[in-house]
Amino acid sequence: MFPDERGRFGPFGGKYVPETLMSALETLEADYRRLSADQGFQEQVAYYLKEYSGRPTPLFLAERLTGHAGGAKIYLKREDLNHTGAHKINNTIGQGLLARYTGKKRVIAETGAGQHGVASATVAALLGLECTVFMGEEDMRRQALNVFRMRLLGASVVSVTSGTRTLKDATNDAIRYWVEHVEDTYYIIGSVVGPHPYPMMVRDFQRVIGDETRRQILAKEGRLPDAIVACVGGGSNAMGIFYPFLDDTGVRLVGVEAAGDGVETDRHAASLNKGTRGVLHGAMTILLQDEYGQVQPAHSVSAGLDYPGIGPEHAHLFTSGRASYVPATDEEALDACMLLTRTEGILPALESAHAIAYAVKLAAQMPKDAVLVVNLSGRGDKDVHTIEEQLGGNL
Amino acid sequence: MRGAKAIEQSLESRRQRGETAFIPFVVAGDPDFETSVEIVCQLAKVAAVIEIGIPYSDPLADGPVIQEGALRALAGGMSLPRSLELIRAVRARTDVPLVAFTYVNPVVQFGYERLSDALSQAGGDGFIVPDLPFEESEELATAANRHGLALIPLLALTSHTRIERIARAARGFVYCVSSLGVTGERAAFADTLRGFVEAVRAASSVPVAVGFGVSRPEQVRELSGYADAVIVGSAIVRRIGEIAAARSSGDAHAAETLLTALYAYCADLAGAGTGVGTDAGTEERA
Repeated sequence: MFPDERGRFGPFGGKYVPETLMSALETLEADYRRLSADQGFQEQVAYYLKEYSGRPTPLFLAERLTGHAGGAKIYLKREDLNHTGAHKINNTIGQGLLARYTGKKRVIAETGAGQHGVASATVAALLGLECTVFMGEEDMRRQALNVFRMRLLGASVVSVTSGTRTLKDATNDAIRYWVEHVEDTYYIIGSVVGPHPYPMMVRDFQRVIGDETRRQILAKEGRLPDAIVACVGGGSNAMGIFYPFLDDTGVRLVGVEAAGDGVETDRHAASLNKGTRGVLHGAMTILLQDEYGQVQPAHSVSAGLDYPGIGPEHAHLFTSGRASYVPATDEEALDACMLLTRTEGILPALESAHAIAYAVKLAAQMPKDAVLVVNLSGRGDKDVHTIEEQLGGNL
Repeated sequence: MRGAKAIEQSLESRRQRGETAFIPFVVAGDPDFETSVEIVCQLAKVAAVIEIGIPYSDPLADGPVIQEGALRALAGGMSLPRSLELIRAVRARTDVPLVAFTYVNPVVQFGYERLSDALSQAGGDGFIVPDLPFEESEELATAANRHGLALIPLLALTSHTRIERIARAARGFVYCVSSLGVTGERAAFADTLRGFVEAVRAASSVPVAVGFGVSRPEQVRELSGYADAVIVGSAIVRRIGEIAAARSSGDAHAAETLLTALYAYCADLAGAGTGVGTDAGTEERA
């Protein structure tokens, strides 16, 4: 099973970080492996997932959306119903407890849409940790509500003005800060990205999505789904729902990348479809870059997918062919957002709307007795301002 | 003689004279190709080795000053091939060992073997790759070795049990990172620095240099008690930024004055390592 002892998923992953962080990563890996096998720790994680975040989240049959698509039955895995409104809290509960178990009093996090920042600030408040969140200046503008929520929760939000002023540079600055404060600070990475052991740890903390889905679909349908669809930026919600199904080769796994204005333009975030092999944020992966390895800016209407790289395990699943990755444009995502809201009364996050957009297309091509699960990774309240801007008053 | 041997010999000969060597860092093509070549050639008069930074979009180990230097160079059209041309142009004028300081992603794109070959052809002598730790370095180390180039490892205050195996395998020199954090000028060094550098020296058969946070002659004098070389980056790149700003505001005279001051500043840093000169007139702004 991946990763191997060097933190590799096939040729991807590893630890490409400054030497100053290497001992901390070695210690983190040892702590994580010890606590993974520690019943007390696992019970704590399970306790907070259930009693604090409200898990298990429902697997909801979207009947009107299914009727609209006219094909496979569409189930929604309702990660939007988690406390704080997205799947991100699954990971921050796990890593927050890891920080506490290893004696760290301060945590830092990067955030794009602000969902991971809010989830980190929330868990920091819950566990009595001091929290600093790095967020691109451009994203702070797009996601002003989440900035306010983080500050209400007692976190400091650092405005990142380097580079593209979005998630990529927020991650750079979080890593730079961590290098300086590595001795007393725990870095809660928000996706299945970064140096080993992060992609493995975040996947393990998010796999609860897939484990529940498996139990729930077996109870409802008596069989596994034909396809699972999830949006991918860094790829944590997708990895979480895919992982328990990796060996079930009859289950088609589809990641939906943000295509922005279209993959034929230069304004998109389709890292796998348009990127090449290289190193970003400490891992060998696939990213958007020019021929000399300068990282290219990504674009997406959703701040959470606006990222030029992707987690190394996705790069591996893409290369091996176990999962496929398809694009959905800004416009398709906005349409899907409206569609789900009007057919089911559920306002999805713009990130998750990318998955809905492709799921509707895919369901239409599948027979009516087929079963498709979409990971509805977050709710859209944070996006109402962006959606309003995009609609330009046409409501 | 070129490559790892040239670096080791340049540093070793100074050590035998009881001197602490001066290793300046500049970003290739900052603020433009010609000025950058001229600056490196002038610094070669007082430097034992020069680090040539290959500008990169996402320099994780660098603070704001060097990030800005990289942006200036990239805005001026610098690229990895142009950086190699710059090394070639410098090599035509001076014999000082030149080390390419680059992040790993441009190396991956260009190819480990292809870049080692190209750097060697251009007259470069080694690599420093701050986001390529020992565990991931085998492929580049092998390619560099094949061309006689040094892959210079970094060690940090947090390296602890890693020191011995990394220092033992080092070629060129060992780069000791003086403080936790990214590159940038600092007022004081960690209390644990001396013990750390001494542990590295004990394990290493090549010279030991200290960098990150060094900017003042008295810091060089302090380090000369236990380091073979000092590396100065941000303080130089900040001055080059001031030169660029003066030029772009059309003040050629101010730019010329700042350039002369940069050379004097570097001569003072180098002098502090050889036991000559005082701080008079060159005391850093705090």
